Amino acid sequence: MKRAISAAIAATILAAPAIAETVAPGDVAYDEAGAVAASLSGMPGNAEEGAKVFGSKSIGNCVSCHEVTALADVPFPGNVGPSLDGVADRWSEGEIRGIVANAKNTYDGTIMPSFYKVEGFIRPGDAYTGKGIALDKIEPLLTAQQIEDLVAFLVTLKE
Amino acid sequence: VAAAGSANADPVEDELIVNGETEIVTKTAAPAHMENIDEVMSGWLFRENDTRDMQRDDFDNPGMLAVEAAMETWDEVEGTAGKACSDCHGTLDDDQMVGIRAVYPKWNENAGEVWTLEMAINSCRTEQMGAEAWGYTGTEMTNMSALMSYASRGVPVNVAIDGPAQPTWEQGKELYYTRTGQLELSCANCHEDNYGNMIRADHLSQGQINAFPAYRLKNAKLNSVHDRFKGCVRDTRAETYSPGSPEFVALELYVASRGNGLSVEGPSVRN
Ligand code: HEC
Ligand code: HEC
Ligand code: HEC
Repeated sequence: MKRAISAAIAATILAAPAIAETVAPGDVAYDEAGAVAASLSGMPGNAEEGAKVFGSKSIGNCVSCHEVTALADVPFPGNVGPSLDGVADRWSEGEIRGIVANAKNTYDGTIMPSFYKVEGFIRPGDAYTGKGIALDKIEPLLTAQQIEDLVAFLVTLKE
Repeated sequence: VAAAGSANADPVEDELIVNGETEIVTKTAAPAHMENIDEVMSGWLFRENDTRDMQRDDFDNPGMLAVEAAMETWDEVEGTAGKACSDCHGTLDDDQMVGIRAVYPKWNENAGEVWTLEMAINSCRTEQMGAEAWGYTGTEMTNMSALMSYASRGVPVNVAIDGPAQPTWEQGKELYYTRTGQLELSCANCHEDNYGNMIRADHLSQGQINAFPAYRLKNAKLNSVHDRFKGCVRDTRAETYSPGSPEFVALELYVASRGNGLSVEGPSVRN
């Protein structure tokens, strides 16, 4: 356990130069349609990682609301949101980045959560414990790189 | 207005007649105060065949063990006054408790506030019996609440939302539509906008409470209304309210009123 933790810390330190390029949640430049032109991490995304983020309950858990034929092996996709098949025919990369980072800029009042946002919540909790969290301790639901990985995955979904 | 959703996730067409004799209204016209829903439905209609079947017969319903336990408690003397529930409310065969579950939460004139059934029961324990209050969502309380539901099973829910209860009802309504937590979801987002849809493996119902307490196969115990509320609020990544808190009492009154016209159905079986 100890070793795993120090390895994680070491990894964070090694990754530090890339993190320096990261756009903080409060500094993301959305255009009037809700799109975000530039990478949030300053790096390209990895589509394979993005598929994992999309399907994993403990990370993005996008499948709780969206079906994608390309991920048919992930069980029990939900249908609260639309199927994302062909999403790259409907939206540009920048528009997809904007929707994933904060869909409320694209769709007013949407049920889809804002994945790159740290402010403006009512009674925010400490993950799923039901306990409160100090406002300055709130992390975005996904990291900048996880969002870039998702974008890289979603732009492959063409019909 | 429910989102259309995929056809295979819609509520089933089925009828619930418990033990072949007690008819349960699981679907009916929405009460006049509902703005966005025309027809109210019990969560029973959203469950799988096996789960629904367990509720058709009391021998198959694990929640009935709680009712039986509470039937014994009903006659047990406890506290400094040397009394049992039956000393004041009669034997269960007297039917004095029939219909009570259906009108709670309810304004209590002496206390000057809206009381849930749990608050009424605990008041009898502390004020009438000289006994200790039961934990709000503890086993004894949930068992007794199951007995009160059982005594009213089949009676239509009919909580009052006007008169002195109205401000509490308004507060509950406000809470129902407030988007909480880091996921920014309200009760309405899931149970009004999306009932009939799937959220991952969960088939969303209207989140009605006519069927509480509910025996959940998932945690293999009887669950009280405020425990369910707590779980749903927690799942929005929010700081929850506590069971028995004024906020949850108000929310319970409001949610109960959304089920006016459905039968009292507890103890129910859910997944
Ligand atoms: C709680 C439900 C929910 C979750 C979780 C969710 N979404 Fe959505 N999403 C929606 C809804 C609903 C819409 C449609 C927008 C609207 O009408 O409000 C949508 C729309 C979208 C769109 C545009 C769809 C199109 O085809 O035009 C994309 C892309 C998208 N979501 C990606 C994601 C990703 C990636 C995740 C996970 C990181 C995610 N969503 C998580 C509910 C959700
Ligand atoms: C010494 C008498 C006494 C005992 C013992 C007693 N109660 Fe009561 N109970 C009352 C009185 C008096 C009321 C108030 C009746 C009213 O105002 O309508 C009441 C009200 C209630 C109500 C609300 C009824 C309504 O119509 O709103 C419930 C439920 C209840 N009691 C359950 C219990 C239970 C369960 C027990 C045992 C754990 C119990 N009582 C023990 C005297 C008693
Ligand atoms: C993120 C989605 C979500 C939100 C938000 C949510 N719930 Fe639920 N709720 C569920 C799911 C999933 C279930 C289990 C399946 C079902 O019955 O809908 C459930 C079940 C319930 C049930 C049990 C219904 C039955 O018949 O057994 C009640 C009552 C309920 N919710 C009330 C609420 C209330 C009140 C709120 C707001 C404080 C709320 N829920 C918010 C997802 C949600």
